Amino acid sequence: MNEIVICLFASGGFDKAAQGLIGAARGLSEYTGAQLHAFIFGTEAGELVSEVARFVDKVVVADQSATTEYAPESCLNALAQLTKDARIVLLSNDIYSQEIAPRLAHRLRGSAVGDGVGVDTQNGVVRVTRQVYGGKAEAVIELKRSPAVVWLRSRSFEPAPARASAGEIIGAALDIKPDTRIRVVERKREESGTARLEDARIIVSGGRGIGGPEPFSNELQPLADLLGAQMAATRAACDAGWVPPTWQVGQTGKKVAPELYLAIAVSGASQHLAGISEAKNIAAINTDAEAPIFKHCRFGVVGDYRKLVPLIRERLEPVCK
Amino acid sequence: MVFMNILVCLKQILDPEVPARDFRIDRAKREAERGAGNLVTNIFCENALEMALQFRERTGNAKIAALSYGPATAEESLRKALAMKADTATLVVNDGNSNPDPYTVAVVLAAAAKKLGGFDLILVGREAGDWGAGQTGGLLAEELGVPCISFVDSIEARGNLPRIRRQTDWGYEVFEAEPPLVLTITNHEHNVPRIPKVRDVMMSYRQPLTKWTIDDLGIDAAAARAGNTYYEVADLAIPQKETHCEFVSGDTPEEQAEAFAKCLAQIAGGM
Repeated sequence: MNEIVICLFASGGFDKAAQGLIGAARGLSEYTGAQLHAFIFGTEAGELVSEVARFVDKVVVADQSATTEYAPESCLNALAQLTKDARIVLLSNDIYSQEIAPRLAHRLRGSAVGDGVGVDTQNGVVRVTRQVYGGKAEAVIELKRSPAVVWLRSRSFEPAPARASAGEIIGAALDIKPDTRIRVVERKREESGTARLEDARIIVSGGRGIGGPEPFSNELQPLADLLGAQMAATRAACDAGWVPPTWQVGQTGKKVAPELYLAIAVSGASQHLAGISEAKNIAAINTDAEAPIFKHCRFGVVGDYRKLVPLIRERLEPVCK
Repeated sequence: MVFMNILVCLKQILDPEVPARDFRIDRAKREAERGAGNLVTNIFCENALEMALQFRERTGNAKIAALSYGPATAEESLRKALAMKADTATLVVNDGNSNPDPYTVAVVLAAAAKKLGGFDLILVGREAGDWGAGQTGGLLAEELGVPCISFVDSIEARGNLPRIRRQTDWGYEVFEAEPPLVLTITNHEHNVPRIPKVRDVMMSYRQPLTKWTIDDLGIDAAAARAGNTYYEVADLAIPQKETHCEFVSGDTPEEQAEAFAKCLAQIAGGM
């Protein structure tokens, strides 16, 4: 029993994160010859199960109501039982995965590492490439214990093609006592989360230089609507309370990979840049020609966004309609 | 009353705001060179301390202990915590691996927390601005055998059951939880760390500060000093990325906007 196991929380559906995670896992399983299994958690697991089965040897569905809604302690207990024979456990970089991975490694007496942009094995040792120092450097981390529990920036990985025949789908009987020490009493989805920022093709983002909440709604939002873009912000703008925390992009916010990232009044602190390193094209509007953001841009304009954005909207309107 | 005894763990790091052009690494040691950079307390640890302070202000009588595992210079982070009005400060001096893996850090912090004793709430930052492993809180909870909630941005005391709110990918979740408990703290508009008064900064240097070594904790000191039984940094490099920014031309904002809109439309249309 030396399988590679992927663990998915179903709320995102079969999105870029799930596809990339499967892609990364298939690469490892083909290289090592290990079987590939998948565990899926969440109330929406049903649709995802048959989808994922096309790519793996086996999908395991926990037949335990304690795991249908994510809760840290019961999910951790379930996962520790399900992965006890695994050699490598791979997760995506959503909040639940990040929360559970180090604790899972501890329970399995293995090692965890996260936010990987690359993963391979050398002489049986799992090595993970990840950004450190706010994206200013890149490190290769060698895991010393087995199993390896790794959470990945899964959207950065290429999806794998489906297999000729689908893997089997089996149920697993688990013995999990609900943990009474902590209980979820409320779950709230912000209105802005109509589609995941991580999967957006175009993102319009504002920084400290925007100066307040109103320009986000009055200037940036209409521009985003024209471009079919989603809205994002820097930590400074979120901490100021101008926009919800779910908009935050950066080392400690969301890691995005759009075709176009338009940064408006964003200086380009390395903390923020670490969240957009996978963007295909970055463009910026900033009053300061020396702002670090321009060093990462394909094109930019030096000027005041208050003047420029309405003019840009005017010119885009006939094109985008 | 819940949460009478709060522990806040702090990590001192190289200032993450050191710009990329001044950032150097020591490839042999596989660490950043300090250079002219400042040492600062990791921002999420300060967010955690700020939340503890606000919780005490609302509820009256909780005690707040600050704890750090780090080099001798980490005393500065603890002095600042005292200046912000933490009640006590303890430094476990790291005289071993200067970049210990997160498991080692959790083992040391758990042993120190047990030795200090009696905590019903332990707060740590969600991750550090240097290595960003994001594991200390979870591993610490496992070492202590208590539940953990991550990415928390507020704690409310309502009667005997605290309500803990944490951020999710989509919005937020609220938990009711019984102590003891580990929380990892993320930034929020309400936990921006306060600036201590100059007088309190001066006073903080006259306050007692407990210093322990690895040998004082009753753990495997050799493994803790090695700091690499969980993982090891095999390589560290600065990636070479060059992008040439094309600044759109134009003498007036109108002309600039015209050129910029064209570039935008080209990329948006070509997708």
